[in-house]
Order: sequence, then C-alpha cells, then structure tokens
Amino acid sequence: MMSGAQILIECLIREGAELIFGYPGGVMLPVFDVLYDAKVKFILTRHEQGAAHAADGYARATGKVGVCMSTSGPGATNLVTGIATAYMDSIPIVAITGQVKTQLIGNDAFQESDVTGITRPITKHNYLVKDVRELARTVREAFYIASTGRPGPVVIDLPVDVQNAKAEFVWPEEVFIRSYQPSYDGHPGMIKKAAKFIERSSRPLIYVGGGVISSGAAPELLAFAEKTGAPLTTTFMGLGAFPSEHRLSLGMLGMHGTAYANHATMESDLILAVGARFDDRVTGRIDAFAPHAKIVHVDIDPTSISKNIRVDVPIVGDAKRVLAALTKTVKKAPDTGAWWQTIEKWKREFPLRYKQDDRLRPQYVIEQIYEATKDRPTVITTEVGQNQMWTCQWYKFKSPRSWLSSGGLGTMGYGFPAAIGAQMGCPDKVVFDIAGDGSIQMNIQELATAVNNKLPVKIAILNNGYLGMVRQWQEFFYKKRYSGTVLKNPDFVKLAEAYGAKGMRIEKKEDVPGAIQEALATDNVVMMDFRVEPEENVFPMVPSGEALNRMLDGMA
Amino acid sequence: MKHTLAILVENKFGVLARVAGLFSARGYNIDSLTVSETEDPTVSRMAVVVDAQDERVLEQIKKQLHKLIDVITVHDFLKKDYIAGELVFVKIEADKKGQASLSKILKKYGGALVEKQAGSVIVELAASQQDVRQFLDDIKALKIVELVKSGCIAIAK
Repeated sequence: MMSGAQILIECLIREGAELIFGYPGGVMLPVFDVLYDAKVKFILTRHEQGAAHAADGYARATGKVGVCMSTSGPGATNLVTGIATAYMDSIPIVAITGQVKTQLIGNDAFQESDVTGITRPITKHNYLVKDVRELARTVREAFYIASTGRPGPVVIDLPVDVQNAKAEFVWPEEVFIRSYQPSYDGHPGMIKKAAKFIERSSRPLIYVGGGVISSGAAPELLAFAEKTGAPLTTTFMGLGAFPSEHRLSLGMLGMHGTAYANHATMESDLILAVGARFDDRVTGRIDAFAPHAKIVHVDIDPTSISKNIRVDVPIVGDAKRVLAALTKTVKKAPDTGAWWQTIEKWKREFPLRYKQDDRLRPQYVIEQIYEATKDRPTVITTEVGQNQMWTCQWYKFKSPRSWLSSGGLGTMGYGFPAAIGAQMGCPDKVVFDIAGDGSIQMNIQELATAVNNKLPVKIAILNNGYLGMVRQWQEFFYKKRYSGTVLKNPDFVKLAEAYGAKGMRIEKKEDVPGAIQEALATDNVVMMDFRVEPEENVFPMVPSGEALNRMLDGMA
Repeated sequence: MKHTLAILVENKFGVLARVAGLFSARGYNIDSLTVSETEDPTVSRMAVVVDAQDERVLEQIKKQLHKLIDVITVHDFLKKDYIAGELVFVKIEADKKGQASLSKILKKYGGALVEKQAGSVIVELAASQQDVRQFLDDIKALKIVELVKSGCIAIAK
C-alpha cells in the first residue's frame, strides 16, 4: 500500500518529470514529506506565480510537460496567472494544488478556494481527486491531455486527506478517454483541394503560428516552403518555426509586424494558415483583412477554424503530418515571380529601422545581444510591452523553442521565471531575459531562486523609466498625458547585488557590446540595467481597430 | 433561431458547470436545460434549448462544447428529425365549475388531473412545446397558483 502523496510522486516520476517548481504550505505537507528524498528535483520559487511560469518556460524550451505545485487557497490563486498564460499559448503544464480536507470543502475552511471552479475557463481540463484509488489514473490522464492534441494546462486539485489515504498502486499502462480523440491526419480531400489552391495561386502567403512549434513541424515547414517558393510570415508565437533570415521569410506580421509582411497579407490571393488562429493583433480590422485571399487553415483545434475569419479550406489535423502531406500533394510550385518583385519593392521601401545615432537605443541592445549569441544555442525570453515587440523585430530567431514569451495573455512578469525554467531544462544553453523596467519588477523575487540554483540567467533591462508600451499609446492617442506610466525605479545594480547576483549599469552605446560579453562570461545571474532612450517607440504600428496596412511609421 | 442541443457527457461532477460556463462566459442565456442519466449509467444526457442571437457564436459554442474533455457528443437538432417535448405541472385554484371546464381542456390535450384538494387541483401534461404553450394559453382564465415546467427533452427519430 502507498499513500496518496507517494502515489502522486511515483506517477510524476513515471511520467518523466525531472523538475517540480513550487511552493509548500499547510495542506501539501504530506506531498512535501515524500519530496524530501524523492528522485525528482523540487525547485523552490519565491512566489507561486514564478513556479507556474518556470514550469511553462521549461515546457516551451524543452517540449516536455512542465510541472508546478502549490498549496491550497492563496497558493493556488497565485498560480492562476501562470496557468492562464499557459492556456492562452497552448503550453503543456500540469499544476498540482493542495486542497483542504474533503469533508471541509465548501465550508470556507482556512486557505480554501474553489480551485477547479476558478481554473475551469483557463485550463484544458481539471480534476478534483476525492478518492485515492483514482489518483494514478488522474495523473496519467492529466499528462496525456496536457501534451496531446492542442496542448494546454491541466490542474489536479488534491485534498490533504487523499494525500494521506492508502491504496494499492496501480499504474495504468494505457490511457483511453472515449470523449477525447484529437484528429492528427488532415482530411485527404481537403489536402488535395488545398494543394490545387496553392498551385493555382499567384500571390500565395504562408502564415504560421505556434502550432508548428508545438507539433515539431519546423523541418516539414521548411521543405514545404522551399518546394512552393511562397513567402512566409510568422505570428508572434510562430517565431523560431522558420529561420528569420531565410530568403522566403518576411518576419512577423500584425500590429508591430514588418510593413512588408502586412502588405503581403493584405495583397495575397491565397493564405495558408498553419497552427495560427487569426488573433486580433494579427488581423487588425477584421472586415478589412486580406480582402483578395482564399484561406486554407490547418489547425489541430477545430474551434480555431472559422472563429475570426471565414475559411475556404479547413483542415483539422497536426501541422507536421498535414505539411508533409501537402508537400507530397503539391505537384508544381505556383508562379510567384511578379509577386516576389512586389514584395522586394516593399522590403526596400519599408524596411524595419530605427534611428542610427550615438544614443543608446533599445533596438541596438537587442541587435547586440543577437550578435553576441547567434553562434550559440540560445533561449530568449521577454516580458511584455515594448521590450517584447522590439525583441520580435530585432532578434533573428532561427530555431523552434528559442523564443519564450507570453503572447495570448500578455503577462508582465513572465520572462524572468520562464528563463529560470528554461535554464533548468537546458543547462547548456545561453538564456537571456529581455525585460522592461516595469515588467522585471513583477517577479523580481525570483532572483533568489536563480541565484540559489546557480543559474547563469542573464537579464537585460531596457530601462526607459516608463511603462513604455502604455506610454506610447498615451503619446499617440491620449495627448501625451502619461497617466500611471512614469516609474521611479530602485537601483537595479544594488538590488541584484543584494540577492547575490551581478549587477551592471550601461549608459553609453559604445559600452553595450563589451557589457554583453562580460555578462556572458560571468557564471552567475547577471542583471544589466541599460539606460535606454526614454521615449523610443515601437514602429511600425497598426493602431488598434485599423486595417493591417494602415501602419504608423515613426521615421516618415 | 431556437436550437435544441443534445449533449452526451460523462456522468461526473463538474460537467454541468463546464457546459453552462461556455454559455455564460459569452452572456448567452439558456432557455431550458435538462440533465439525466441515460441507459448507460456512466453517460448523462443534456438537452439545452438556446435562442441563437448569432449563428456564428452558437457554432463556436458547439465546437467548444465538443472540445470539453467530458463531452462525448454534441448534436444540434435543427430540422424535423427529432421528437421533443416537455412535462408541465400546474396547481390551479378552481371550484367545481372551474374544475369542469379544466377537465375539458385536459381532455383536449391528453393531460391528467393528478391531485385534487378542496378548492385546488394539480394537473400534468406531457406534450410538445407548442401544445404546452397552447394549453397554458387555454387555462389562462383560471387562477394559476404555481407552474412547473421540466424544460425540453429531445430524441432523434
């Protein structure tokens, strides 16, 4: 016989969990007692939100399921933002929350919260385990559901009495859920139809999202793109799915995408969307989006198809398999000569650019981080706002799982704990969090986690003294009334040092490359405070609610 | 347009909340909802009647219902390929004369008098939603104390 707590940890180990990020508490004591000498490593974060993001960062960087754990009540509610972040970006994590005794549930017990109720709309599925005999099967199902189909977070809420209850340990060899059968192979008829559309198009565009990364379809995508010779743009979540310096790449589209990707989208006569969901940050004004294009949409989640945009050829399936099938089915590449001439003209006319002078501009810092890391396996995380958009534009991602950022939910405070998770999962890679001075303070307590675990994570704060993206909107649309966006910051160098990390302050452009080299050569957490141009803006920019080709360009 | 959805779900706690949540999150009102066990005790069946203000939103709700792990199938009865009905109980204050006229109406619809007390009666009718509506219209003149409707249930032909 084993206790519920022992069964839980045994199941996690059998599921291949190497690390559990979390924070203990009253009702999780039985589980933490088992963890004391278990064969799985527990990483104590300094806040449960940090644990959820670290599990998410680990999952994005490694492709495995991330695991986080908290106690009941406030522990569980602190996980919520991290769970919602993973849900919006389809990241497989399993979150285990302690719960008060079964008999006390619903009685407003100390540190009680209705975790399955709270997390219902932000999880792929969740469980309240009331019988210890159900526990092993539940954990098995949770990992299966989190990692298959369209991935996502699963919560297991585990009352303390179930952790203590005894049962025979039975490991279910197979998982079968009759009501959950994702379709992986696209419909052959639809694939044929899509291939015809592609062959006959004259202005095709491949538009790829995070689904290509979750399905491991980057090689299939490259083969397909090269066979058709079609230009390719990625979403925010799709960065890394295709080498951004490839001749077919137009970079990212959308609100802060490249002008040429947005123009190509609007002028295209055929859009092949793969693992992307036509998010409002991508489409701009929806009724003006891609007016000439037939749309083929490949997605494993049927609810993504025809949600925002009417689709001509829906293909429900896994990006990897469907792209392989499409490559086989397409017999001849479309004639794209004239199309490429137009695109090249856009590229010359509207390049991505910023002012070149002797001031310390944030885009330059990112370019220099790229220069310093381009020949080494690197994972870049960001926070949310200008720091994030400049990174999308100026860091040239070339491989999947090298880009970790909160896209759908846009969670400030994500980047640093995610970098911790990524560094734990990929000890040999360089891990850089590109942050803003606002966002970094949302989970800055995790400096203790990073230092304690001797993780050489690098943090580049693009410090402009503002909540920059909101300030930018206030500049454009609210007459520069900077309401609630001016920051009085701590001394980041001293703060880093107080935690036992290395702190650096960089105020001059010419000092940037050397500082980055110094940071990379340091085997410790390094927090770099780059004092960048305070009112630098992110361009191009499609104002919210405008058509995708109505971009503001700060240089004009 | 009214839609009657038949949803087969795992007979587990929490499923009703998951299903209802998809409607409530979009500010969609459910006209009626019934849940009960089926011939297979591990499966429950829900019949949900909604008035779709926007067909695209309903289409999305149907897909998302299907995406719920505990939902086995979702069927939207749209055409005349199903039989639907509901059960209604009405408590009515009625004297002898009133009871006599009520008996006539009950006979017309195939309803029954199931409880009789001094001055009041309880009647029941199981019929199509349309017949139930007409029946309630016919007894409008009588003094209705309490009215209970089961909500619509449906089965494919």
